[in-house]
Amino acid sequence: MMYDWLYTVTGSEIIAAIIQSLLPLFAFILPFALFAVLLERKVAGHMQDRLGPMRVGYHGILQTVADIIKLVQKEDIIAKENDKTFFNLSPFLVFVGSYAAFAAIPFSGAFLGSNIDLGIIYIVAVTGIVAAGILMGGWASNNKYSLLGAMRAVAQIISFEIPTLLVVVTVIMITGTMNLYTMSEWQTEHFWNWLILGGPVFGIQKILLIPLMVVSFLIIFLSTLAEVNRTPFDIPEAESELVSGYHTEYSGMKFAIFFLAEYANMFAISVIVSALFLGGFQSPIGYLGNFLDAQWLIPFEQFFWFTSKGLFFVFVQIWLRWTLPRFRVDQLMAFCWKYLIPFSFVILLLVGLITVL
Amino acid sequence: MRNYILKFWQGLLTIIIGMRVTLRHLAVPAVTIQYPTVKPELPERERNRLYVNMDDCIGCDQCARACPVNCIEIETVKSIPGEDLGKTSDGNKKALWVTTFDIDIAKCCYCELCVFPCPTDCIYMTDVYEFAEYERDNLIYDFVTLTPEECEQKKKNYEEFKIIKEAEKAATVKKKAGEAAKKKTSEDKPGDKSDKDKQ
Repeated sequence: MMYDWLYTVTGSEIIAAIIQSLLPLFAFILPFALFAVLLERKVAGHMQDRLGPMRVGYHGILQTVADIIKLVQKEDIIAKENDKTFFNLSPFLVFVGSYAAFAAIPFSGAFLGSNIDLGIIYIVAVTGIVAAGILMGGWASNNKYSLLGAMRAVAQIISFEIPTLLVVVTVIMITGTMNLYTMSEWQTEHFWNWLILGGPVFGIQKILLIPLMVVSFLIIFLSTLAEVNRTPFDIPEAESELVSGYHTEYSGMKFAIFFLAEYANMFAISVIVSALFLGGFQSPIGYLGNFLDAQWLIPFEQFFWFTSKGLFFVFVQIWLRWTLPRFRVDQLMAFCWKYLIPFSFVILLLVGLITVL
Repeated sequence: MRNYILKFWQGLLTIIIGMRVTLRHLAVPAVTIQYPTVKPELPERERNRLYVNMDDCIGCDQCARACPVNCIEIETVKSIPGEDLGKTSDGNKKALWVTTFDIDIAKCCYCELCVFPCPTDCIYMTDVYEFAEYERDNLIYDFVTLTPEECEQKKKNYEEFKIIKEAEKAATVKKKAGEAAKKKTSEDKPGDKSDKDKQ
């Protein structure tokens, strides 16, 4: 593991822990957010037969860097009627909530922030802070659109937590662990061993599990999508109705932090879904390191597969965003309570029966 | 229950159809033109900024008279004999110094009516359409090739020439008058009528 290596290199547990905890942020999430914003704009452009940003750098590849520089030098506006303490605290709380989730996500076989047994439950719990942060920001803004957006966001996050958790419980029943690292290890290399195709156990159970797992994969993908407020579930920040929801009043660096949290969240749900159902960091076709008899290569390959799975789902989210219109509030709630929850309940019961038998 | 399942299935199906459409458009080449660097192709008979080729202009004032908004202002000075003004591209001699040729492009309505009467085809529409200015005065285009001093010089030359010519004319008139008087004295009878007409 990375931590042990850092410990031997630095010789201090504290320094190793600090490096370990800051590494995903600076080495991964910040560059990823820069890339994802550009990807979003490029994909949006090309889907509408446009080109997207083209001016800064070759085909606009430095556009987001320029945007960040612009955001950094902007004035941080705090209105007179804002509740300053909570207004200032909110973006950091939102970011902490989404960044804390990365602690339990295995980036590769050799890098895992914290190998805690509660893993997935910890992630679901800690991302609950995001809801508090959003409500805090919306309320402290003292702006009716922000408050409406924040209310909607919290209602939506709490509703969609239920199908997410039901599917997570289903997965836990099959794998017998809550630790995402062991879960990924359990779904060994090669794609037919992944949970979406019934897990690495062969026999009647696998065949029975495949349709259930495909449906529960769809359910968790949609419900986590709703939890991070992406289109078609973006009613909390619906531009055409609510200006931009809970972060209407924010400017400059605080807005950038909200933005960063949104893209970090996008990636987090992508990798959680892939860790649960698509083998996490495991390769779909076996490792080149095993083939070449070079064990040191395997963690890098695992990191590659982890990133590409994450990026693929981020792409799917962007793709969905530029395809589907926004849900209405009642439709959103109906979708959660009348479709996702009954389906996930039925799957939970069926999977329980299958695992017992 | 049947309705419920049907609705679920339809929802899924429509999402898949929509996503297929957007994915297909991801591969469709973009229709965007990178405007300032790549210019769009203009239509065949586009009308843009006016330009006057002063080498060919003979100062005939026909464009100014054709202009419906009076945005062209031309002043000319006649040349004096012995001055060489050069020739137009189709070989005709120029006879007038053009001392003012202003086009107020802010007034111009781009009707192209000034272009057709021009006998030497020296006023025409270019394909330039980006000429926004911060000052309105910058939109009055001055096409005169002579410097202001030269213009003054030409005017003075012509005035002097006119005075000289007037004097010459007066002299010839006097001469003629003298001759006529002589004639009058010599032959008195039939010239009465014609003399009266002259006066």
